Amino acid sequence: MNELAISYDTSIPNNVGLSDDRRLLKALQKWHPNYLSWWQSMGPEGFQDSMVYLRTAVGVDPKGWAKFDYVRMPDYRWGILLAPRDENRTIPFGNHLGEPVWQDIPGEYRSMLRRLVVIQGDTEPASVEQQRFLGATAPSLYDLRNLFQVNVEEARHLWAMVYLLQKYFGRDGREESEDLLVRRSGDEDKPRMLGAFNESTPDWLSFFMFTYFTDRDGKMQLESLAQSGFDPLARTTRFMLTEEAHHMFVGESGVSRVIQRTCEAMNAAGISDPNDIENIRALGVVDLPTLQKKANLHYALSLDLFGSEISTNAANAFSAGIKGRYHETKIDDDHRLLDSTYPVLKMVDGKPTLVDEPALTAINMRLRDDYTADADKGLGRWNKVIKKLGVEFSFTLPNVAFHRAIGEFANIQASPAGTIIDEATWVANYDKWLPSSDDNLFITSLMKPCHEVGQYANWIAAPKVPINSQPGDFEFVRIAA
Amino acid sequence: MQIDFQTEPAKYNHWKLDFDGHHANLWMDVNPSKGLYDGYELKLNSYDLGVDIELYDAIMRLRFEHPEIKVVVLRSGKDKVFCAGANIRMLAGSTHGHKVNFCKFTNETRNTMEESGELSGQYFITLVEGACAGGGYELALATDHIILADDGSSSVALPEVPLLAVLPGTGGLTRVTDKRKVRRDRADIFCSVEEGVKGQRAAVWRLVDESVAKSKIEETLQQRIENLSDCSDRPNDAEGISLDPLQREFSEQGVHYSNVVVELDRVGATATITINAAGLIVPETTTQLKDMGDQFWLLSVARELDDALLHLRLNETELGLILFKTNGDLSNVCALDAFLQSNQDHWLAREILLYWARVLKRIDQTSRTLVTLIEPESCFTGSLAEICFASDRIYMCEGLFEGSKGEAAISLSPCNFGRYPNANGISRLVSRFWGESDLVDQAEQHIGTLIDADLAEELGLITAAFDDIDWQEEIRLVIEERRSFSPDALTGMEANLRCVGPETMESKIFGRLTAWQNWIFQRPNAVGKEGALRRYGSGIKASFDTHRV
Repeated sequence: MNELAISYDTSIPNNVGLSDDRRLLKALQKWHPNYLSWWQSMGPEGFQDSMVYLRTAVGVDPKGWAKFDYVRMPDYRWGILLAPRDENRTIPFGNHLGEPVWQDIPGEYRSMLRRLVVIQGDTEPASVEQQRFLGATAPSLYDLRNLFQVNVEEARHLWAMVYLLQKYFGRDGREESEDLLVRRSGDEDKPRMLGAFNESTPDWLSFFMFTYFTDRDGKMQLESLAQSGFDPLARTTRFMLTEEAHHMFVGESGVSRVIQRTCEAMNAAGISDPNDIENIRALGVVDLPTLQKKANLHYALSLDLFGSEISTNAANAFSAGIKGRYHETKIDDDHRLLDSTYPVLKMVDGKPTLVDEPALTAINMRLRDDYTADADKGLGRWNKVIKKLGVEFSFTLPNVAFHRAIGEFANIQASPAGTIIDEATWVANYDKWLPSSDDNLFITSLMKPCHEVGQYANWIAAPKVPINSQPGDFEFVRIAA
Repeated sequence: MQIDFQTEPAKYNHWKLDFDGHHANLWMDVNPSKGLYDGYELKLNSYDLGVDIELYDAIMRLRFEHPEIKVVVLRSGKDKVFCAGANIRMLAGSTHGHKVNFCKFTNETRNTMEESGELSGQYFITLVEGACAGGGYELALATDHIILADDGSSSVALPEVPLLAVLPGTGGLTRVTDKRKVRRDRADIFCSVEEGVKGQRAAVWRLVDESVAKSKIEETLQQRIENLSDCSDRPNDAEGISLDPLQREFSEQGVHYSNVVVELDRVGATATITINAAGLIVPETTTQLKDMGDQFWLLSVARELDDALLHLRLNETELGLILFKTNGDLSNVCALDAFLQSNQDHWLAREILLYWARVLKRIDQTSRTLVTLIEPESCFTGSLAEICFASDRIYMCEGLFEGSKGEAAISLSPCNFGRYPNANGISRLVSRFWGESDLVDQAEQHIGTLIDADLAEELGLITAAFDDIDWQEEIRLVIEERRSFSPDALTGMEANLRCVGPETMESKIFGRLTAWQNWIFQRPNAVGKEGALRRYGSGIKASFDTHRV
């Protein structure tokens, strides 16, 4: 079959020949109603009947895979889409370097793969759950639509993982698929698997920061899985990455628009000092220092998602050819890492110090470094906006030792600059470095819905980039009465 | 480095105890930087011998210092992890001998926990929140009730085979099937999956007793504490005794305790343990017993002998033979036994009897040649006579010896007939006379009578008797012959011959499971340069010799 085209001959759009795979079709059809009921109960609250201008994948070729139209979200055509298969692809790293990629799972790696797929799968519905109340306070129909686009695509990523579980992991896989619908973000009894996915996303600033910082962790994880020697996983994640890019765009442009609006409002009011917080807030916009604090928080939480700097699991997954590094094929080394080292920031005699560790066990550290470099680029673009508008302020990423709960720095306190400090200093400066309850109250006070066509809340600028050539005053969501 | 088995709560690095009426919480909160040796960090509540030494101490204190405690809740002081099991880097870096001794001591502690509920009315509940793997789950298996948090991530696992190419060898396999009655194919699956089993399946498969939603855990725990408290016969209002630090003096020649002396003969590769009964005072009432506290003679001897055995096992590995001697008034020891026997329902008397039973098992499980020498000054009777029957050989002086006041004699008391079962669940005399129950009956008829060498030989209670002329030479030959044999062959031979009779879960763990484990621990697939244990953590896959042996 043509893998670039999506087949609609079953209720589940796909390019994996689902109609010929009766066993899988049966399993997915059994899962489908449970999925829909999850979406109804845990998806965006209050907008299930609205018509949303969404893109839906119609093919997986890079040129024109998306089709835009109004759709009720529960009718969205979630499906199973894999990037096209490369017949000559070989395993790009680990013990099996150079061998043809696997189309089926080698028995010895089954549990390891299942664990990775389940953890990845668990994050997808989690973010939908975290964001389900945001619609009520959307600053515009444009943003509302972006939120829902992110939501339906995260949900499609759940489908992608469920496809792998049901196709390749037998009964265990089917059970895990069901469990993905049972766990709930922040639930005391059935929480999601990773810490950051049990935090709430209470406001739109958090949403933008989350999509910028936390979805970028997702991107790095997907990039590593896209290298996998297990080809169906690599192809699945490669297609997910094309969607993930949009989510990070929502985050980066969202924050950028908030910054732009703040600077414009400061200029109009003749305020030049970005730390004149009281007067800036009086303008109904978010002061830049508070944005920095939000960035500090979300960056630190996201770093924790990379796990311990030194990790046996990550080393095993690499050696096995299951999970590679960011841009693995572009790295100039032997791709086996049996003898090489990688510098890891560790606490040595009370000081963060770079220590050479076996590169294999430092896979997480390397991915986190790549993440930091990637995340830093957006800050540069934000700083350009500030500079262009003539305000003296720039965003910086805090040190990796700041506010950490996992890894080398879990048991110490450090300032954003990376100085190790005692508990008293930490407590005294907490509100300076992280959003205080006053900051959060202020942000909450701004969160009033702005659901009129072409209108934007006072604290955020209109977008520059249209969606599918539709300008900012397009009716992106037709809210059901 | 000398390993010390003595500690006390104020010195704990890894455990915390708190008390709430009739229940205690025993928190496992391992300090990663306080490993016994350098070169590894005790991450994720993983443990080494140092952690286990503290656990053993805590358990003994719960028994003796807290008669009011009926239920102990074992739980983790760390978020998201219960216990990751024995520290792998520690295992990979240890000598074979250390690994074996470590596992043995660990399992002996678990046996102590298992007896605690059954025999002492102090029950253990494990609350598993987070990952509970390998030795962590084996620890949970030693408790009376396991509650698993059903939170989608907490799990129990025995990942040794897939992860490390060794066994869940400190009782894991045996307790899963024999104690928890997990069906063997399910056990097979369970032991093959690295990440283990979570949620309801863990309960359905009987790997845990119940799998409970997080919001219901405290309520459930309270309920189980109440239920088990109701089953306990420990006193409500008794006051405990305090286990004070042992009076010990280490020297080149050995260790001097208050009632026990260990003399080391490095040339002869022999350690002589002499138990001295000169300071033995028999209390008249249980109040007096309580007032004597840890100075009560048999309790003091039990603690000192326990410490001496562990010291010899870990720190004096080249002394292949242990000679047991006693010194004191036989009738006094008899009176002491009689006192304990008649007050066996008193909580402290019961604890002392149970502790002595455990120390005797420690002797059984010590991989040295054990020889008891019964001399004219000896006082091997009742509780002490069990040491004879734990030994591989028993030699007795026959007739008058130069300089001695009388002839050597032993005596039996009711406690030689079931009070102190060995790991096989039978008395050492039944084990000695396996298949000859008439000999057991015959011995029983001699309870309370002084048995001299002739009679002892006739009753089969000793290996041989030698007179004044032959004694020294015969004993020298026994020792020298023994020293010429392979220590490994002796360990295997003695362990086989000591375990006569039926199997119990306990004897299976020591006799079968650890034997397999110790074989696997020697094999290249585990400990070779490319073996799984060596390569663990490096991310490099182990390479196996695929021939089945």
